[in-house]
Amino acid sequence: MYLWSIETLTRRARLLHCMSESSVDGEAVKHVAELARIELDDEDVAEFAEQFDEILSYFDALDEVPAVDSETELVNVMRPDEVESSLSQEEALANAEETEDGYFKGPTVS
Amino acid sequence: MSTNAFITEETIEPDGNGPLSELTVAVKDNISTAGVTTTCGSAMLEDYVPPYDATVVSKIKAAGGTIVGKTNMDEFGMGGTTETSAFGPTENPAAPGHVPGGSSGGSAAAVAAGEADVAIGSDTGGSVRNPAAFCGVVGIKPTYGLVSRYGLVAYANSLEQIGPLANTVEDAARLLDVISGPDRNDGTTNDGGADSAYAAAVDDKIDTLTVGVITDLLEGADDRVVDVFEDRIDALEAAGATIEEVSLDSLEHAVQAYYVIAMSEASSNLARFDGVRYGTSGGSDGNWNESFAAAREAGFGPEVKRRILLGTYALSAGYHDKYYKKAQDARAWVKQDFDEAFKSVDVLASPTMPVLPPALGESLSDPLQLYLMDANTVPVNLANLPAISVPAGTADNRPVGLQLIGPKFGEETIIRAASAIER
Repeated sequence: MYLWSIETLTRRARLLHCMSESSVDGEAVKHVAELARIELDDEDVAEFAEQFDEILSYFDALDEVPAVDSETELVNVMRPDEVESSLSQEEALANAEETEDGYFKGPTVS
Repeated sequence: MSTNAFITEETIEPDGNGPLSELTVAVKDNISTAGVTTTCGSAMLEDYVPPYDATVVSKIKAAGGTIVGKTNMDEFGMGGTTETSAFGPTENPAAPGHVPGGSSGGSAAAVAAGEADVAIGSDTGGSVRNPAAFCGVVGIKPTYGLVSRYGLVAYANSLEQIGPLANTVEDAARLLDVISGPDRNDGTTNDGGADSAYAAAVDDKIDTLTVGVITDLLEGADDRVVDVFEDRIDALEAAGATIEEVSLDSLEHAVQAYYVIAMSEASSNLARFDGVRYGTSGGSDGNWNESFAAAREAGFGPEVKRRILLGTYALSAGYHDKYYKKAQDARAWVKQDFDEAFKSVDVLASPTMPVLPPALGESLSDPLQLYLMDANTVPVNLANLPAISVPAGTADNRPVGLQLIGPKFGEETIIRAASAIER
């Protein structure tokens, strides 16, 4: 079986899971789905709960990583605040399903 | 089944002459083309028509390249087999019945099948190098910031780069010369690729080159892949290169760190798809939360939902420090390990993929197993480094790729070493 090594790694992830405290149930999946604004049916919730449990258990091995002092190489990139040409209103609206009087039309903000 | 390398086949004529004149170019379908549908392999964007060209597209047209179409890909770049596309899988022309790799599988397949001379893809965790390896072509992931991402539909901004695919190292280098360089529309670009001459590096000698073989990335790999890899390393040594063994302890955590960071960034980036300005609409009646949730339910496929939800989880209160912060520590550790290694070697080498191309349909059911396939490619993105995948041979009639990793802005060095492997 040519995927032997990957399966070995997967087994290690499952083993780690047995020692891990974290577990994900359907309620947790429904909660993040609500936060992320994605509707899910019951079948999706059950499948994701099982998969998330395994994947997050694998991520738990990050606990072994030491704190690392990193030097950032980041610098701010600025440009002059000048008026430039941009998309026309028509171009900007071209991909919207619904528009009204030159604006995007969305659902009611509640 | 046809190769299905393209989602949209449409000719975009060049508007200049230059190093790409007479060449046909395939463009991954997450790179914006003015007036030509750009779907990201997603039902969400099946009718989306960008009003502007990505910087790389403008550069290709100005350099004389004729774009022949937009290539198939894993949805929003999320996958390693091109099977998560909403437009059906692509078949590997170099290994019929098998996946072409991904997520830029259509770009690699188009080049391998002769449907385009060269192609561009995007590489967030291996998405150029993986399909290059599986389809037996050359693929380059440039140093972070070398190529403008203006017009690339973002998945994980801190990790991704646009890169070239081609049948030869020289053609890939030529395309990289065209697309690299600073861009005022992308504040993360640098001048590392300005006035580059990568294509001129292909014929240089390698007798002063020291190549470090990353032993950690051989241990988990399929024996047949390792055999092909070691034959090529022997050939490099015969051509005059010095070979050393290198071990990087941080790599054990690279896949975990990569997926936590990529999913977290994805959950934020893909929040824009609410169906109002573009994409599948949830309608303008009723409550906005319900409308957005309905649009995203209908528009996104399972792998995209999985990554958005896991990213949301990893960033949520109580889990941020446990997952996201530790992943950033691991990322810094991987960078340090690479910096240390490059004090004693010029390039690092590993198999591009630890496995041979899986059969179509074989690997979709277990997401974690698919993530682990990225073990050799993701460390490069975490460390912002350049890497190239070059064909190394075949095993069981399937291509094997060899990955060469360079220090920051070390594109010329990895191109030179890769062309020696090609010869």
